Amino acid sequence: MNVTAAVEAGEPLPSASEAGPAPKRVVVAYGFWIFLLSDIVMFSALFASYAVLRHATAGGPSGAQLFNQTRVAIETACLLASSYTCGLMALAVNSRSRLGTYVGALLTFVLGAAFLALEIREFADMIAQGASPQRSAFLSSFFALVGCHGVHVAAGLVWLAAMMAQVAVKGFRPAVLRRLQCFSLFWHALDIVWVGLFTVVYLMGVTP
Amino acid sequence: MNLLGKLDWSAIPFDQPIIMGAGAFMVLAIVGILSWVTLKGYVPYLWREWITSVDHKRIGVMYFLLALVMLLRGFSDAIMMRAQQAVAAGGAQGYLPPEHFDQVFSAHGTIMIFFVAMPFVIGLMNFVLPLQLGVRDVAFPTLNSVSFWLTASGVLLINISLVVGEFAKTGWIAYPPLSELQFSPGVGVDYYLWSLQISGVGTLLTGINFVTTILKLRAPGMGYMRMPVFCWTSLAANLLIVAAFPVLTATLGMLLLDRYLGFHFFTVDGQGNAMMYVNLFWVWGHPEVYILILPPFGIFSEVVSTFSGKPLFGYRSMVAATMAICVLSFLVWLHHFFTMGASADVNGFFGIMTMIIAVPTGVKVFNWLFTMYGGRVRFEVPILWSIGFMVTFVIGGMTGVLMAVPPADFQLHNSLFLVAHFHNVIIGGVVFGVMAGYNYWFPKAFGFKLDERWGRASFWCWLIGFYVAFMPLYVLGLMGMTRRMQHYDNPAWQPWLVVAAIGTVIILGGIVSQIVQLVVSIRHRDRLRVTGDPWNGRTLEWSTASPPPAWNFAVLPQVAERDNYWVTKQRANAEQVPPLQYEPIETPKNSPVGFVNAFFAVAIGFALIWHIWWMAGLGLFGTFLTILIFAFRDEDETEVPEAQLAQFDRAHQSEVAI
Repeated sequence: MNVTAAVEAGEPLPSASEAGPAPKRVVVAYGFWIFLLSDIVMFSALFASYAVLRHATAGGPSGAQLFNQTRVAIETACLLASSYTCGLMALAVNSRSRLGTYVGALLTFVLGAAFLALEIREFADMIAQGASPQRSAFLSSFFALVGCHGVHVAAGLVWLAAMMAQVAVKGFRPAVLRRLQCFSLFWHALDIVWVGLFTVVYLMGVTP
Repeated sequence: MNLLGKLDWSAIPFDQPIIMGAGAFMVLAIVGILSWVTLKGYVPYLWREWITSVDHKRIGVMYFLLALVMLLRGFSDAIMMRAQQAVAAGGAQGYLPPEHFDQVFSAHGTIMIFFVAMPFVIGLMNFVLPLQLGVRDVAFPTLNSVSFWLTASGVLLINISLVVGEFAKTGWIAYPPLSELQFSPGVGVDYYLWSLQISGVGTLLTGINFVTTILKLRAPGMGYMRMPVFCWTSLAANLLIVAAFPVLTATLGMLLLDRYLGFHFFTVDGQGNAMMYVNLFWVWGHPEVYILILPPFGIFSEVVSTFSGKPLFGYRSMVAATMAICVLSFLVWLHHFFTMGASADVNGFFGIMTMIIAVPTGVKVFNWLFTMYGGRVRFEVPILWSIGFMVTFVIGGMTGVLMAVPPADFQLHNSLFLVAHFHNVIIGGVVFGVMAGYNYWFPKAFGFKLDERWGRASFWCWLIGFYVAFMPLYVLGLMGMTRRMQHYDNPAWQPWLVVAAIGTVIILGGIVSQIVQLVVSIRHRDRLRVTGDPWNGRTLEWSTASPPPAWNFAVLPQVAERDNYWVTKQRANAEQVPPLQYEPIETPKNSPVGFVNAFFAVAIGFALIWHIWWMAGLGLFGTFLTILIFAFRDEDETEVPEAQLAQFDRAHQSEVAI
């Protein structure tokens, strides 16, 4: 039963599950949610292996000796702030303001890039100290887990740049709007993964 | 710095006549088909109608074809193994040297699971789901094409390994530390890993696509409790894909890091933990067997109900059993390695969970039996496969429950009893189900039925061949024979292995019958021509023409009941059907993005296997560029005008009319 027809006829509305195919905007966002879930399952496998290998230092340095909490705090602040600016960008998109979108995207990009730069710096420092992923199983799982998140952030930055090119060339077409919505979901999901990562790796990691 | 990485002429095994013969045959076949297609001028047609098609029906057919071809490859491996073990008794070494035999059994397992069973099942879901749901396509048609071509890329890579280099000698599960660089320095494991990673991405995207399709795109009125059971079991299977395949990706990724960058996830040194691989692998691996078997459960439900002329017995309990299996499948993985040394309590927990998961499966078997009870069963080919399945699968299920008892498993682990068990459920369940579905939906896909006589011949060969080939393996397992033996000393085993080899030959008869059936049916297609509803079907796919038009349904069906089409047919005589109101339809445009993407995926995979870094970088850049260009396309849909819809429907009036 069609919703409009039901309203006109004064009949009870069909339940959501019987309403027929959903509009494209809903379908795309829903599919992307499922993708994010699968991505989080992948992260959970990496989290699990980190938890198993946390103490497998093979005589090498442990997390407590390696992690620089000040730097990680700045990293975290950058990423969380970038989520906020990503939200501002979404508001600008909703009011179809190109300038606001560009500014929001630029801030998000800069904060994300700063996060990534700090992370690369951290990795470089650790490797310089001899704490490379080849040193022990613990370090292997650390680099894989944190690195996987970093690769996601890098991919997000490329995606964001491509989206801005799309906004510039194509304007706020429905397809572009759907992709911007998916990008927001992706970026916030990375934040959520980072919160888990920050807790499990950097907070619990420094406890003896 | 070598431009071609590790690749040189020594990669091609010129001194191995068996491999070179098989390779030459494969290359000749490919060249032959390609030149025939080119000379006949079919290339533009194939490119336009198939390769770039984003139509779920075409993609489903291509998946099925891919699986059929790979079935021949995987079955050749099976025949080689059975022949080897039939002769390599006492001091004899047989005709396959150990390093080749190891590659054969590894390739057999990998191919049969990932490149036969998976594409069979995904192909059927692709073809059937949107039709049963009463909609025009899957949620993401172009992504669907990308998924298919990524699977094909994995297939191509694994076949390249036959000629260029080698395949893994580690078994299809590639347990470390054996699969680590230290013990497997060749490219075999890398072929295994990259072909699975690439096709795994395709499978994951399919899972996302189908979950979204089933949950968000259904005909108006089709609430969850009105969905055909095949849609339910497919939903469960795809939820499992979404939840399980990322674990496989992560696990194989860790092994890749170990092999390529010297990480220590599973190595012997650096305090790596090889047992973690086994756990992670089966966290994916056990749901995987339900990904394979749940859709065939749905096929049997459709077939049994249709050919008994009755609604499915216990629809709600069937749905509940399906979803129960979906959840429980994540709680049994440890039964694959009771002998690893977890505590008795842990083994006890997983043993009990394994026994519990047999309960919903039992519910299903009884539902099928009660559906047939009191029905007027038409013994056509699909129902033969279904009945063969019920008998065979119950035996396989019971040997499975037997092995769920940890103390018994300590005796049977890694023996031929286990090999017999999982072939019993995979052949008796998945293969029989796929064959039932193939015979059932073929007329829908092509507009003519498959030949009945050859279909029966194929069924009986498969059924008898299965029992002759695998019952001896149960006995051998109890006699203490372990799996994957290139030769053995105990002469008492040989007679049983000879019988098993004979069984394989009978199964070969079944496969040959299937090929003959297809050829005969195509030649006699005019005699076998059918209407939209050849089986007196119950679900929506039978309400449209055979083969269905690109848009599936000119007007979306209104669903008011379970088995809606059947109910409509019953009422049709009493009620006047109002004339259809056509509205223009948007159909998605063809796109070469899947094919182009697959080209780069093969390049990346091959480059990484042989350490040709520049080529991998180029491939990655190509993939990025392809996606970017695709994202900037201007229109992705074409409109089908009302006149065309009306014209098609008029031409197929006799089929659409009820």
